[in-house]
Amino acid sequence: MIGSPDVVAFTKEDEYGQTAPDPWAPPEEFSVPLYPLADSNPWAKTSYAKFTKDFILISEFSEQVGPQPLLTIPDDPKVCGTFDLNYFSLRIMSVDYQASFVGHPPGTGYPRLSFVEDSRVVLGDSKEGAFAYVHHLTLYDLEARGFVRPFCMAYVSADERKIMLQFQELSLRFSQASECLKAGNRRAFAKELQRKLRDLEYTHSVLQREEGLQREAGPQRMYSAHAVEKANELANVEKSIYEHRDLLRQISSYHHRPRRDPHAVTCQKCITECLSECEQLLDKYAKLARPFSYTDKGEKGQEGQFQVNNERGEEDADEVEDEGVKRRPSYTPQLIKAKSAKCFDKRLKTLQELCNITFYEATVALLKETERGFRGDLCYLHTRRLDMALRRKQRVTNFLFEEDLGDDDDEGEGGTLKSFCAVNHTVDNYTLLNPPHIVLGPEPLELDALEPPGPLDLTSETSHTQETELGLVESHLDSSPSDQTLETQESSEETKGSCSSDKSEMGLAERQQDLTKSEAPDPDSDLILDPDHNTDLERESSSEEMETTAGDEGDETPVSLLEVVSELEATREDEFEGLTDGASDLLVPLDSACCMAQEGFLYEASAPEAVPRLGQSSHPHPCQNLVVNQEPQAQLPLQDEYTVGSPCSESPVTGLELPVGLLGDAVSRTSMEDGSDCTMSASTGSDRAASPLGYGGMVTLRQRKKAGQGALKFVRQYPFAMQALWCLLSGRTLVVLGADEGRVRRLVAALALFVPGPRKCGERVQAWLSCPFTLTDLQRWKLIGLQRVASPVGSSMLYSLSRYSRYISILDADQKTLRCPPYQGQLLANIADHRTYVRRGSTYFLQLQSTLCQLAARAFLLTFTHHLHLPVSSTEGPEVVEGRRRCFLQEQLGLGEEDSQILLYLSQLITQQYLKPATGSSAAATSFSFNYTTNVLYKI
Amino acid sequence: MLRWILGSREAQGSVEKSSVLCIGEEQPKNWFTELQVLKGHFDIVRFLVQIDDFRCASAGDDGLVLVWNVETGERLQELRGHSQQITAITTFTCNDDLTSHTSLITASSDRSLSLWDPDTGNRVQTISDLQSSVKCLLVLERLCVLASGGGELCVWNKEFELQCHKPNHSDTGITALIELPKNCIAAAMDKEIVIYRLTVSTDSSMSVAEIRCLSDHQDRIRALINVNDGLFASGSHAGELILWDAIDWNILAYEHILWEESQASTQAEIRLAAPKPSEMSIQHLTTNGRHILAAVGSGLYVYSILTKTVVAYRKVAHDSNVLHTMLLSDSELMSCSEDGSVRMWEIQDLPLHAEPASAGFFGMWTFGRTHKQPGPPSKKVVDVPNIRTLELTGDLIGHSGAVQMFVSFRENGLVTCSTDHLLILWKNGERQSHLRSLALFQKLEENEEL
Repeated sequence: MIGSPDVVAFTKEDEYGQTAPDPWAPPEEFSVPLYPLADSNPWAKTSYAKFTKDFILISEFSEQVGPQPLLTIPDDPKVCGTFDLNYFSLRIMSVDYQASFVGHPPGTGYPRLSFVEDSRVVLGDSKEGAFAYVHHLTLYDLEARGFVRPFCMAYVSADERKIMLQFQELSLRFSQASECLKAGNRRAFAKELQRKLRDLEYTHSVLQREEGLQREAGPQRMYSAHAVEKANELANVEKSIYEHRDLLRQISSYHHRPRRDPHAVTCQKCITECLSECEQLLDKYAKLARPFSYTDKGEKGQEGQFQVNNERGEEDADEVEDEGVKRRPSYTPQLIKAKSAKCFDKRLKTLQELCNITFYEATVALLKETERGFRGDLCYLHTRRLDMALRRKQRVTNFLFEEDLGDDDDEGEGGTLKSFCAVNHTVDNYTLLNPPHIVLGPEPLELDALEPPGPLDLTSETSHTQETELGLVESHLDSSPSDQTLETQESSEETKGSCSSDKSEMGLAERQQDLTKSEAPDPDSDLILDPDHNTDLERESSSEEMETTAGDEGDETPVSLLEVVSELEATREDEFEGLTDGASDLLVPLDSACCMAQEGFLYEASAPEAVPRLGQSSHPHPCQNLVVNQEPQAQLPLQDEYTVGSPCSESPVTGLELPVGLLGDAVSRTSMEDGSDCTMSASTGSDRAASPLGYGGMVTLRQRKKAGQGALKFVRQYPFAMQALWCLLSGRTLVVLGADEGRVRRLVAALALFVPGPRKCGERVQAWLSCPFTLTDLQRWKLIGLQRVASPVGSSMLYSLSRYSRYISILDADQKTLRCPPYQGQLLANIADHRTYVRRGSTYFLQLQSTLCQLAARAFLLTFTHHLHLPVSSTEGPEVVEGRRRCFLQEQLGLGEEDSQILLYLSQLITQQYLKPATGSSAAATSFSFNYTTNVLYKI
Repeated sequence: MLRWILGSREAQGSVEKSSVLCIGEEQPKNWFTELQVLKGHFDIVRFLVQIDDFRCASAGDDGLVLVWNVETGERLQELRGHSQQITAITTFTCNDDLTSHTSLITASSDRSLSLWDPDTGNRVQTISDLQSSVKCLLVLERLCVLASGGGELCVWNKEFELQCHKPNHSDTGITALIELPKNCIAAAMDKEIVIYRLTVSTDSSMSVAEIRCLSDHQDRIRALINVNDGLFASGSHAGELILWDAIDWNILAYEHILWEESQASTQAEIRLAAPKPSEMSIQHLTTNGRHILAAVGSGLYVYSILTKTVVAYRKVAHDSNVLHTMLLSDSELMSCSEDGSVRMWEIQDLPLHAEPASAGFFGMWTFGRTHKQPGPPSKKVVDVPNIRTLELTGDLIGHSGAVQMFVSFRENGLVTCSTDHLLILWKNGERQSHLRSLALFQKLEENEEL
């Protein structure tokens, strides 16, 4: 914890401005910049909105009833309060920013599908007190007018500035959602086309046969009116077939056209799948000219006996196709009426139907994440991002006490944009063993899940290339309509948003310039793409996929893609709902880092990992930022190297790359939730059920904060709390012994906060153990909850307790005693003050975090200070070095013997973490250290 | 009075026992402050051999032989091949002109004998279907042959070709083999020590002949060791320690270690229960050329070869039988036992006031000062003027079963193996932390982050 998002300082620049630079000030990349909107009171309530918290609204412009709201996220009527959604839908849908030509363009014979880019607008309604980021998108529907259905997604907030300043990020997130919807829509559309084509072919064949019969029956040159009608009908059907085939071709060429929208990155895998299936369909329907394909089989089809023929034909057709594949849903071709009913009473497809339920659900999940990620006011968001960015720089010590940032080292602020994929394809990470063979509709679907996860470094490379490509795209992005629509803001109301943000931007820009003496700001701030792809998730899900289809590998039985995917989704959802936050931590469906390149946040989201790879000379970062805070490399080499000096993430760049936020990051999300009670406009409720206490260790910040309450209680209740904490912090295993499971688990959950390096899932903590433990357990766990039983098992347990007593400290929860080495240090006095005045768990948690952060910093210093471990000259013996280290600990840090042990232990952990091979798999068992000291029994 | 003394002595015995147990949690001389648990075996681990400075091999009842890196704790090789428990393991070093290569030889209850390359994990040679399973192995590096003892004595060359063999008709077979000068081999068979001589004829064929049978032990011989070029020693189940001349096989010294035997024999009518044989059985002998350390029951006994006297001893050094011992230096020794602990001892001079006193007074005197005092000595010991004491300096607790054996790698650490299927690598925490720091800065340098 570096900055605390919960405590937002009301900072204001001193009028007298620059004082002499403080020589002891931390390096700039570690200083916490002042809140950019310092001039305005962050607590000022900006509006009198009729809704209590921000929400996402999805509306559509229905061709039947006009603009109508479809759903809100969160899906809770209380959210909107008295806010008139219908009216607001009207407002946001009233202007078609995507205006484009649909229908038959002159000169072409067939109707054209319009490929429109999404548009992004900020709308305001000051009367309602509502401001919204509105994202328009168009979906295809074969039955709709011009084949298009306009939709929009809006992020509605009462705080206009929030919308304005988060514009880029909102745009990024909504683009992902939109791309996801559109990808699903294209599939669904192709499927629909296929069905339609089949119907048409069937109709065509029936008509042809009828015509043939008539021709045979009637005299050569006699055309009855009936025959003419039939011929016309046939011609119509043929034309329709050509049209639809053309539509199919168009939809399959969708990906070939250049995208101007920089945020519109779709999963390559989905694209290839979609492409291949479209091409397959095209192939299939290219040779329409086989007139009697159906009639050949339906023998002696008579007029008026369609039903019979239908069924037979279907069976036959199915038989034919069944040769290839089994287990296929049947589909009955329908006769197409000559005149399509253009009536207004037909039911329009719902969004779910339009988008293929999997993709729809993924989108909704994505939007939910977005909504969660944007909870809280601007100030909160800003501080949290600062915190995150600073923490990201401390890769070496983060593992000790910070919750997991949730991203791998390879990714992060890579400056690329990764797509959100509903079916969890890892972008380009696979080499396909089986080329995807996917056909929609009644055709069997084969899941191409056999691809093994590719080598990890592929990710970085692909992202690298993606990045440069994107850079190109972006360079001529300036004139993109989506950007311009920003200016065409709603005009009837007064628009002051841009002005105010401009003002604040100025102040900060100046400040930043002073601070960093960096290049002149580039006036056109552009989009910064900051992708982040949670490979953890991908790995997980792909392995899940693999498992699901493992049985199918051998016998080649095709499995419906949709089935599996929905299964996947289901399990994912399950895990989302049911499991602890930790599980969902792994399962965040997206992980897109966004940075605020929007005016006002003048930092560059640079890429510590990517940059060195790409070379310094040509800074490939796609964004032309207001301020590129690239510092001279020579400055502060030491600190910086040390800072990011983990073997896997070396970054010589020391730009003030601050507000790189990980929005989708589960941790930040939960921290958001947790902080909600402290921020003003954040929601107070949490939609997630409280996770059971004490499973394993603390996984998320949320649990940790809850544990803060428990820890505070522990500290206040037990006078020997300090000793217990010291045991944990100095690496001595603490056994919490008790008969009552609940009490032991609570204690363990509270104390788990103090276990250094708890690993991702709290592997160092065992909340409840009811069998005697062994030495291996001691090696693995640093905090154990042990059941006290009065039975033979209990006696053997007590035996193991006494046998290994030299390695452990025992906290007896029933008798309230603690057996541990004596501790008289002062280091922990302020976090383990028996008479503390802190009353709230979250407050205590913050205090604790800052103390632990300080400890980690000291341990870092101790670990990486060369002369404390190695002789300076060759004449020095190990004793001299040892003496120097002791002197450092005692005199420079002012620590006593026992306090030094804490630092030495933390330092050991850092060393081991640093030396740990990057692959993680080491054949060697972990070692554990101890020392032989006397124990004392503390009583309450 | 006698009764009272005896009673008090018994009470004192238990006190002493507990005083041994609780040497205190503070062990300033114990520098093993870091441990690593090495898993891999599925059954009792009985043998440990050192391959070189940083490798050791472990073998046990699961038939597995595992090669470990002692510095890192990594498992380097897994030698699979034996279907039953390993009964003997030894190293076999071939010195070529420049290089020396160490192989492992194992014998198993499946009546096979294997030669392994610990670098690659390959089974280089193997012989199966032996007439009886081999119980002990002896490498005669000078002749470059291998002797195996069991139901019969066989001599093999480097290629595992049988050179000669000598069946014997004893029930127990050969339990221990040592090399003596003049191409002789001493083999322990039940209560006897049989001396064989190997003769290499001109056509380089070998023959083995029994030349002497020493039957001075009253009970089964449990331990047989070489002391130095001119001496070897044997210990029996009845507590007899005999020092032999290695050239002409005469007895140089005979020590009958009888804990409490003097007391028990004089007060036979009072104390009916004779000491259990295992209490005086010599389980293990070890030497550094100047001293012999004998593990007698659960006690330890240090015998000086120069003076042919007992230097120091402790009757109850462990709670249970001592299984393996080692002399680290002239004054430091280590022992492991069935009670699951490894203990480190130091031979210290007795405090001045602790001059030997008469036996009766001795008992009363030790009553109050048990923690400073060894148990009551036998008469023989009491007569020795310059007796010193064995002081416990530290213990290693970690195994949950009997510690079968240990191998010391000096400052690199100590490996122990146990019936709980585990090996534990004990290290000096400070040294390890220093090494890790070195590695850290080296890595920093490699990554050019310094």
